[in-house]
Amino acid sequence: MTILTYPFKNLPTASKWALRFSIRPLSCSSQLRAAPVFVFKLYLKAVQTKTKKTLAKPNIRNVVVVDGVRTPFLLSGTSYKDLMPHDLARAALTGLLHRTSVPKEVVDYIIFGTVIQEVKTSNVAREAALGAGFSDKTPAHTVTMACISANQAMTTGVGLIASGQCDVIVAGGVELMSDVPIRHSRKMRKLMLDLNKAKSMGQRLSLISKFRFNFLAPELPAVSEFSTSETMGHSADRLAAAFAVSRLEQDEYALRSHSLAKKAQDEGLLSDVVPFKVPGKDTVTKDNGIRPSSLEQMAKLKPAFIKPYGTVTAANSSFLTDGASAMLIMAEEKALAMGYKPKAYLRDFMYVSQDPKDQLLLGPTYATPKVLEKAGLTMNDIDAFEFHEAFSGQILANFKAMDSDWFAENYMGRKTKVGLPPLEKFNNWGGSLSLGHPFGATGCRLVMAAANRLRKEGGQYGLVAACAAGGQGHAMIVEAYPK
Amino acid sequence: MVACRAIGILSRFSAFRILRSRARTHINYGVKGDVAVVRINSPNSKVNTLSKELHSEFSEVMNEIWASDQIRSAVLISSKPGCFIAGADINMLAACKTLQEVTQLSQEAQRIVEKLEKSTKPIVAAINGSCLGGGLEVAISCQYRIATKDRKTVLGTPEVLLGALPGAGGTQRLPKMVGVPAALDMMLTGRSIRADRAKKMGLVDQLVEPLGPGLKPPEERTIEYLEEVAITFAKGLADKKISPKRDKGLVEKLTAYAMTIPFVRQQVYKKVEEKVRKQTKGLYPAPLKIIDVVKTGIEQGSDAGYLCESQKFGELVMTKESKALMGLYHGQVLCKKNKFGAPQKDVKHLAILGAGLMGAGIAQVSVDKGLKTILKDATLTALDRGQQQVFKGLNDKVKKKALTSFERDSIFSNLTGQLDYQGFEKADMVIEAVFEDLSLKHRVLKEVEAVIPDHCIFASNTSALPISEIAAVSKRPEKVIGMHYFSPVDKMQLLEIITTEKTSKDTSASAVAVGLKQGKVIIVVKDGPGFYTTRCLAPMMSEVIRILQEGVDPKKLDSLTTSFGFPVGAATLVDEVGVDVAKHVAEDLGKVFGERFGGGNPELLTQMVSKGFLGRKSGKGFYIYQEGVKRKDLNSDMDSILASLKLPPKSEVSSDEDIQFRLVTRFVNEAVMCLQEGILATPAEGDIGAVFGLGFPPCLGGPFRFVDLYGAQKIVDRLKKYEAAYGKQFTPCQLLADHANSPNKKFYQ
Repeated sequence: MTILTYPFKNLPTASKWALRFSIRPLSCSSQLRAAPVFVFKLYLKAVQTKTKKTLAKPNIRNVVVVDGVRTPFLLSGTSYKDLMPHDLARAALTGLLHRTSVPKEVVDYIIFGTVIQEVKTSNVAREAALGAGFSDKTPAHTVTMACISANQAMTTGVGLIASGQCDVIVAGGVELMSDVPIRHSRKMRKLMLDLNKAKSMGQRLSLISKFRFNFLAPELPAVSEFSTSETMGHSADRLAAAFAVSRLEQDEYALRSHSLAKKAQDEGLLSDVVPFKVPGKDTVTKDNGIRPSSLEQMAKLKPAFIKPYGTVTAANSSFLTDGASAMLIMAEEKALAMGYKPKAYLRDFMYVSQDPKDQLLLGPTYATPKVLEKAGLTMNDIDAFEFHEAFSGQILANFKAMDSDWFAENYMGRKTKVGLPPLEKFNNWGGSLSLGHPFGATGCRLVMAAANRLRKEGGQYGLVAACAAGGQGHAMIVEAYPK
Repeated sequence: MVACRAIGILSRFSAFRILRSRARTHINYGVKGDVAVVRINSPNSKVNTLSKELHSEFSEVMNEIWASDQIRSAVLISSKPGCFIAGADINMLAACKTLQEVTQLSQEAQRIVEKLEKSTKPIVAAINGSCLGGGLEVAISCQYRIATKDRKTVLGTPEVLLGALPGAGGTQRLPKMVGVPAALDMMLTGRSIRADRAKKMGLVDQLVEPLGPGLKPPEERTIEYLEEVAITFAKGLADKKISPKRDKGLVEKLTAYAMTIPFVRQQVYKKVEEKVRKQTKGLYPAPLKIIDVVKTGIEQGSDAGYLCESQKFGELVMTKESKALMGLYHGQVLCKKNKFGAPQKDVKHLAILGAGLMGAGIAQVSVDKGLKTILKDATLTALDRGQQQVFKGLNDKVKKKALTSFERDSIFSNLTGQLDYQGFEKADMVIEAVFEDLSLKHRVLKEVEAVIPDHCIFASNTSALPISEIAAVSKRPEKVIGMHYFSPVDKMQLLEIITTEKTSKDTSASAVAVGLKQGKVIIVVKDGPGFYTTRCLAPMMSEVIRILQEGVDPKKLDSLTTSFGFPVGAATLVDEVGVDVAKHVAEDLGKVFGERFGGGNPELLTQMVSKGFLGRKSGKGFYIYQEGVKRKDLNSDMDSILASLKLPPKSEVSSDEDIQFRLVTRFVNEAVMCLQEGILATPAEGDIGAVFGLGFPPCLGGPFRFVDLYGAQKIVDRLKKYEAAYGKQFTPCQLLADHANSPNKKFYQ
């Protein structure tokens, strides 16, 4: 049930409406008193342009995306390699300020997602915001949820706005894989910490005598799932095998992603990208991981994880990426009051989680039907699908799972299959395989791609979905803002 | 006309019959491209075993494959989840009457695998599940091996555990494949090797990860995937794109080189033989013969090796030891079944009272099977110790890489340690492991019954207190049962379940189900003082005390018992069990059984307890125990106690052999008496209980098998000799006397 369909379906209860309108101003701050008027205007517009319902909910504030930007996503170890994560995040933030011209002081709160944390800037949101010239009175925090960290940043913002705590939020994400924290071994750390506490020379000497050369072996950040000790690529290969996805299918899908990304880049559709003048280097203007190849070339590659017979290769996997994204989200009435023309509504969202061993990357399969049901939509209502592409094999396995009655019955507790997203509406401007996947930043890219595609291609609803380490997943409905 | 038609039908019918009779039941094969996929699937069985039928079908199929022009390579795979080939059919071996028959079986098998090895069309063994004994011998004669990296996939040569040796060329091929030291280790220990380890050793060439859910059940799809991968490798081998040769590591190359030097080889044989002699004490013939056969093959060539293998195989299978060990295997299979059927309600929540050695041990084997377990004790210190014991048990598995640290943590979270009865209202079963004191047991029973739900079972882990006496204060005696675990619980396989006359069938079914879940081998016995196991042990222990009183040194006694085949010496056993526990049991059972359980003076134990010599747990018993010190020294403070209770030895029954037989015959006599009195339901359970719970020599197969193989008459003669010296304690029981009187009477037909 939504606000806008309510009057049509339940005319006799229109009196309740009046009641609600009269109560709302009392419960809102004076600043927001004009809100009902805007909602009413919107309702008129919606009726004029669309026959479909919208997903606004009674008593819940509408949350809109004013706009969103991202730095070009680069292969790690290229132009961004000397930066720190907060530098990249700052670039996204200043890009956003520039794009939206939002007065810094109206921003209530800043949230960033990140995965591999730089220890010096563990709250990277705050460090980046300070450097980007946001008010030092604007608090910021950092969230982490593997590949859906930026999604978590956005939905945290949605929650703060919907609950009336904030009106204006900047959400984003950042990942810098060119540099990762490599630590001393636990034994070495213990020795160093104990040395700190040692009081006498004797104590120090006895501690130093405990030193062994193997203490110097460094500890790398884990690339494998903590609970299962399996790397994600390995799990993706097994997943592809479980769903009998062939190597050729995977290569074909990867080629599609790269070709579409190339086309979108050439046609200038990737409007969320903002140029970034890297200190000491040239200005970076576009993503550099898009490289459409040929199936023959791709077929030559050896498997990257399950050797020698696996199917996941470097060409059909997303690559290690540096990049940052940021997005301005507001309460609808606030955006309109400030004279913005929002791009989209952020509607229902869903987090799911499942077995991190055998279903690590099946998040989209589980999250998609749930979020659709929550929103009262069906697969047919969706005009733009934006799924995170961790691996070709992962996307195709999700497709096969969504298309299987057996899987739906036995693992999802559903009577029938979820259904397949039509490929012509799916990741039409490329995806993580080709554009790149900075873990903490991808979520915002997905939402902006969906919003921009809805504006460009026409259509009302977009569905964003992603899988993440830990066997988690996320899906969200993005609704185009009426023109 | 009609007649014609009838004949037509008849002939068609008979043609159909012929086809049917030729249709294979164990093996089918299909051709994918130019690769033949041979699928093994023995009917009506969870496992594939190498039976005569399977042998002949297999040869038939392979001949067709070799003859076919379209086929260039083959994949050998099982359709059963969890089993490639579990080994040779033991019943087939048992049915052999003569040595020649067994040798012939071995030679037939050798011929089949030799043909596989010499195959010009490459054969890939695709292994998922157990690949043991003959199964491994088939696999290693193939040109390539691919195994799933599943927990269930294990490779090994367990023949030695059945008193035999790998009789289908394994003794010859395995050393060539993994090197002599590794091969000997596998064949002499019979240990199962997990897939990843097998890959490192060179026993398999590729690993395939098990798959999760997809468009089919995971197990089914995993086998299918294994087959797909195996087919690509079979093609690659046929096209010579893949080499079956494996790169060896530096260590491997060095070992291989060293083994080419005759002197080094002799040293290796000598070392291994020495070690085997020391460990088997000459009681088990198989290990030495295995070394012999391996040696023959290496020193005199494969032909001599194969011949020697088949002959020694025949000899070994006919030995008493092999019969005893195979009997134990059958008994074990029997004791892994729930003869009471499925219980009405599965036990999901378990509560254990007492976090001592036993309580914590029971908790450990429960939580790692996914049972939600409450561990309750009266004091925080005791509870802490118990929880730490569980954690340590799990953590040791992490160190051995049998568990990941994450799995350890998630298993450990199944355990709740507490001091009160919170949550007992949800318990399906309570196992008490409090101190062996009837009034204490009564108290906890009453306390527990006040808080548990109606369906909850109360099980008592006691080694000697009769369950019916414990159940006497219960409001619901049909829900009371005995579950006698053995220490250390995570290592000892046996669980003795004790039913009273009032115990309901469903309660028994539930207790057995829980025990099986905990991975136990289970015997179910009737209630009575000492049940079965403790009752058999008590007279033997009494004899131990007498022997010590007669001046035999504990070290000497230990060596006499271990050389008879007991895994732990008799004096050490008392120390391990705990002198106080032994005293308790001796007193309790002494009261009930009177003179028959007499012999040694219990005063010895009483004095030891009063001096604090409680055995290993107190650091002193017959021996002195120190943390980190492996060597055991005699406790010299025992001298005065022993001196004060000294008995004059009777020379006519004090030879080494007599001392051994005084111990064993008292044990056996009491075991047979338990069967006679109906405490035991079957001799098989008696044998399993004695071997797995009390360490009765496995080479003798248990007390009942021992009587069958050694001869009831000879045992009765022994008993009578000792009876003449010591009296009633050695009087043979009626059932044993019956067996002696009619030589055709056997416990196992």
